[in-house]
Amino acid sequence: MQIIFKTSYDQDINILSKRGEYIRVTLLIVSMLAAPLFLDVYYLSELGLLLVYAIAGIGLMISTGFTGQVSFGHAAFLGIGAYCHSILMTTGVPFSVSVVLTTLFCGFIGMLLGRSASRMHGFYLAVATLAFLIIVETVIGEWTSLTGGYAGFLVPELQIFGVYLPEIWQQYYVDLGLTLFVVWGTANLLRSPTGRAFLAVRDSELSARSLGINVEWVKIQSFGISAAITGIAGILLAHHLAYLSPETFGVLESLKLLLMIVVGGLGSITGAIFGAIFVSLLPVLLSLLRDVLPGAISQQAGLEPMLFGVIIVLFVVFEPDGINGRWKKLLHFFETFPYYRKASFVRQKRYLKTERMR
Amino acid sequence: MLPIEDVIRLGFIGISQGSAYALIALGFVLIYKATEVVNFAHGDFMMFGGFVVLTFSEGFGLGFWPGLVVACLAMGLAGFLVDSLIMRRIIGQSQASIFILTVAFGFILRSAAGMIWGWSPQSLDTPFDGETMVAGITLGNERIAIVGITIVLCIALYSFFARTRMGVAMQASSQNQLAAYYMGIPVRRLISLVWAIAAILATIAGAMMAPVTQLDTSIGFIGIKALAGAIVGGFGSIPGTILGCLLIGIIEPFSDYFFPAIKGVSAYIVLLVVLFVRPDGLIVQTYQKKA
Repeated sequence: MQIIFKTSYDQDINILSKRGEYIRVTLLIVSMLAAPLFLDVYYLSELGLLLVYAIAGIGLMISTGFTGQVSFGHAAFLGIGAYCHSILMTTGVPFSVSVVLTTLFCGFIGMLLGRSASRMHGFYLAVATLAFLIIVETVIGEWTSLTGGYAGFLVPELQIFGVYLPEIWQQYYVDLGLTLFVVWGTANLLRSPTGRAFLAVRDSELSARSLGINVEWVKIQSFGISAAITGIAGILLAHHLAYLSPETFGVLESLKLLLMIVVGGLGSITGAIFGAIFVSLLPVLLSLLRDVLPGAISQQAGLEPMLFGVIIVLFVVFEPDGINGRWKKLLHFFETFPYYRKASFVRQKRYLKTERMR
Repeated sequence: MLPIEDVIRLGFIGISQGSAYALIALGFVLIYKATEVVNFAHGDFMMFGGFVVLTFSEGFGLGFWPGLVVACLAMGLAGFLVDSLIMRRIIGQSQASIFILTVAFGFILRSAAGMIWGWSPQSLDTPFDGETMVAGITLGNERIAIVGITIVLCIALYSFFARTRMGVAMQASSQNQLAAYYMGIPVRRLISLVWAIAAILATIAGAMMAPVTQLDTSIGFIGIKALAGAIVGGFGSIPGTILGCLLIGIIEPFSDYFFPAIKGVSAYIVLLVVLFVRPDGLIVQTYQKKA
């Protein structure tokens, strides 16, 4: 059992506080860096896609998990990011400039949405973002001269500082670099006053306001940052897909993002990453399940959405803290070895808090 | 400009479509009023209910009205069970989890319906075939029936919530659950009953919509537009819901006619515009807590 002695105030806001965390994170980063050495092309590209979804999940986590503003519309930012970047690249803007411009553009749109969102709450916001997503999808589909409409849009090849990067492992390192940057940036954000204001607004708007936090502005910031990060994921996704069409960024994609963070565990960066792993492994899992189930059931069309739904229901009902919560319990078990009790994580009885009286 | 007959015809289609939205939205509002859960699967409950009516009235040969009644009972039981087995356990969880949970119900219902009744559209015979001439304009009977049923159900629900003990108890338990427990209100049973009533409403809506849209696993998506309508009006207030749904229903055919490029999206544009100006909808149902 490890006991932490606090010898300086900085220790309270360190990103990693325990020795075990240092070791785990270092091991993870080293193995990710070494992955191209022992993975073949297919798995490497899947791993790259996983990283992209981890970024998108962190983006959504900032608005939904940390600030408590549920958004059904983040696929729109994924789409805006992907299209904006591809269009800029096609017109000859270099990659690095295009990434910055696209991120800023997504952030700006996010702040605009956040401006209207800052006065809504709860599911009004969820449905408004859903409406926003549907409108964006339609605009992308109908604005044929700019986006190619439903016929699709060819993404230019990945090229950084004039160097073409056609290989999968090169693309993988771009994904990895941006993922590490986003994870580090988000962890840093969360220990800053801005990030802690996010958490305060999530937990209680009233008390946040009493403590002098400008709730509206915090929500706008949160949406802006969240949209910008999702935009980065969109840029990388565009290079993975190589061919964009508006349907890719529809309601289902948004639900996938939301599923990711709920199953991963709301309110933590690790949760978003666990969620991305889960979503990437889900198709494999489902095909395994298909083999196990008797033929009469496994031959049915529509089995995937059914199992998808059942998995979500089981998660929300039995493990509301998601995979991350389970992981924490496991760690706690080993860290406090003989002292773990079932009651350590027992949930309190909760009652409905009305939203109509805020 | 449009000739006046076309305006009236489009207007009537709008009103009947708006009533259909209102009919669906009533189920949303009911569950929301009682538990503050927005059941995103309500549209899929409607779809499933429509199929159940089809099974009882044609598969078992009961005829439309008896089939509708039996189907309502079956779906009511299903709604009761959904609450008492699943929704009850997740009270107090974060909204994102609850939303995604109800969305997951939608997935399950849709694939279940596809597996049981097949993925191709089916038609349901109702007593509302044929057309009626009113002032020189032909109107489909099924559309008139939707308007009629919506009016009847609205009045019934409104008087239920305003006049009966149970309705008032439901409102009380929605405003402060803990206090309602202290007052001796059987909160759990009431909430399960609300889910049952909502499922029955969904079944009726499914049966009424069937002649207009045909029964198909994807008709649940109408639910999203109904939700948009209810939000425009101010969620949680029944008059507001009807107002918003009618507004969206009437705007839709006209905008589809004048701006075919944005066909099907006008409802969402209206929603965003209204929420931008009035973030709590047209009839406000939320109040700022006085600090």
